[in-house]
Amino acid sequence: MADELYRLTLHAAARGLRDGTFSSVELTESLLDRIESVDGRTGAYLTVTADLALEQAADADARRASGQDGPLLGLPIALKDVLSTAGVQTTCASRILEGFIPPYDATAVTHLKNAGAVTLGKTNMDEFAMGSSNEHSAYKPVCNPWHLDKVPGGSSGGSAAAVAADECLAALGSDTGGSVRQPAALCGCVGLKPTYGRISRFGLIAFASSLDQIGVLTKDVTDAALLLGALAGHDPRDSTSADEPVPDYAGELNADIGGLRIGVAPEYFGEGLDPQVGDSVRAAINNLLGLGAAEREISLPHTAYALPTYYVIAPSEASANLARYNGVKYGLSDPQATDVDEMMARIRGRGFGSEVKRRIMIGTFALSSGYYDAYYVRAQKVRTLIKSDFETAFQDVDVIAAPVVPSPAFDLGAKLDDPVAMYQSDIMTLPASLAGLPCLSIPCGFVDGLPVGLQLIAPPFAESRLLQAARAYERARGELAAPVKAIDA
Amino acid sequence: MSIDRSQVDHAAELARLELSDDERERLRGELGQILQAFEALNTLDTEHIPPTAQVIPLGNVERDDVVAGSLPLDAVLDNAPRVEDGQIRVPPVLDES
Repeated sequence: MADELYRLTLHAAARGLRDGTFSSVELTESLLDRIESVDGRTGAYLTVTADLALEQAADADARRASGQDGPLLGLPIALKDVLSTAGVQTTCASRILEGFIPPYDATAVTHLKNAGAVTLGKTNMDEFAMGSSNEHSAYKPVCNPWHLDKVPGGSSGGSAAAVAADECLAALGSDTGGSVRQPAALCGCVGLKPTYGRISRFGLIAFASSLDQIGVLTKDVTDAALLLGALAGHDPRDSTSADEPVPDYAGELNADIGGLRIGVAPEYFGEGLDPQVGDSVRAAINNLLGLGAAEREISLPHTAYALPTYYVIAPSEASANLARYNGVKYGLSDPQATDVDEMMARIRGRGFGSEVKRRIMIGTFALSSGYYDAYYVRAQKVRTLIKSDFETAFQDVDVIAAPVVPSPAFDLGAKLDDPVAMYQSDIMTLPASLAGLPCLSIPCGFVDGLPVGLQLIAPPFAESRLLQAARAYERARGELAAPVKAIDA
Repeated sequence: MSIDRSQVDHAAELARLELSDDERERLRGELGQILQAFEALNTLDTEHIPPTAQVIPLGNVERDDVVAGSLPLDAVLDNAPRVEDGQIRVPPVLDES
């Protein structure tokens, strides 16, 4: 085992550190070697901070030697490049932020550092978290570790691939419309997006502020609970962070789920769903029923409207949030410019990639005079309907089970020239995002050798229940009969 | 819904986004296609539905009006392309005439 420490889960590695089987420095070296040997093929990282990681690992070993312990002490974790990291380049995978060194850490990063976690580096992503395939990174695409010609999903594609390829024990991502769950499903890892406001967004570079939420990508449910426990909580620096008590997610994890009412909505199992994906998700639901859960059919009648609703609201918010990138305070610059308007337009034209430009244009159009009511306000009203669908459903059920993505990972390049087809990939993750609900993806099978995920959705701040259901399923499911990953072949 | 070139030009100007002719032409087609997909929202009766701007039941959040520490000026200006006397320098914003 000593030579394959990089394959461990967070909780297994924590046990090894506690027992003195290996040190954090040994564990971190094992991961850095793994990154060295496979990252050229996955493209999961944009920046690897090896020296910093080894320094943090040595600190963690010293803390442990002095008698300290903690659930994340000495454990190597990767950070999506949308999170500000003091002294470490943060680009959002965009040319416009090339060379940007944040002067402060995101609150989530501060929490990890205080817990003694080791930060390995910054993971690749779709530029400014806009995309479903990670092909919109300005630097390089990410390949799916299971099949290197397939996309890993997006926008947290680098984080998902890094977890799947054992290039970190766990990773942070961000989810605006499915950007944690969708790549987790396509790469076969666990992806948890908590309730909007559960984790502080301070230092999370903004895409669509009413939707953005930090999430975690892990190898199993226990690790997701451990990480969420370290990250959740109110932060005076983010006024939208929730002042709700933080339960002991890991401690409560193994509760019995007998009597749990599981809602299944036909809207998620209709046209467009790959029948084999549907079968796999159905089998997972049956697994839960075998544990004493009860199935209830529910209706979420506005599900189909989530796609247009999201693609009005998110680009509108993005067009405002991305106004700050103009060559004045940071990033790409034009020192010869003599006219301020020209300078900004030129920097933005040069610095943003095609998908970001497309979304800025959609958002600017939807917010412009004469169209604001027809698009933006109408989408906000439909958002109310989508949210009420869930509120009604949760009067009768405890969690909702659904697919995450209509089909397994697609070929690199397959949807690059068809934005509407690309957006369809998010159709099953968007509704819970618009309603701000906690949700996760957990591997439930394979179709054509590629991973498939089960999505579970819970009411606001019911992360504990969500994780308990996922953990119960994971136990009942056991090890999936998985093919060998391309990255390990 | 079809979009004409002047609508693309207008949005690009509002967004301070320099685009090539090719980009404008491609965006004209794509925006038309995307706005077409938005038409589905018009099939719902939303007249009496209140809009949702954010999902959490939260009003204004205020803090005590006390001075707190902030980042050192040097750290903040480090990323700026043009700095002079502790300030960021930009081309003239107002016409001198």
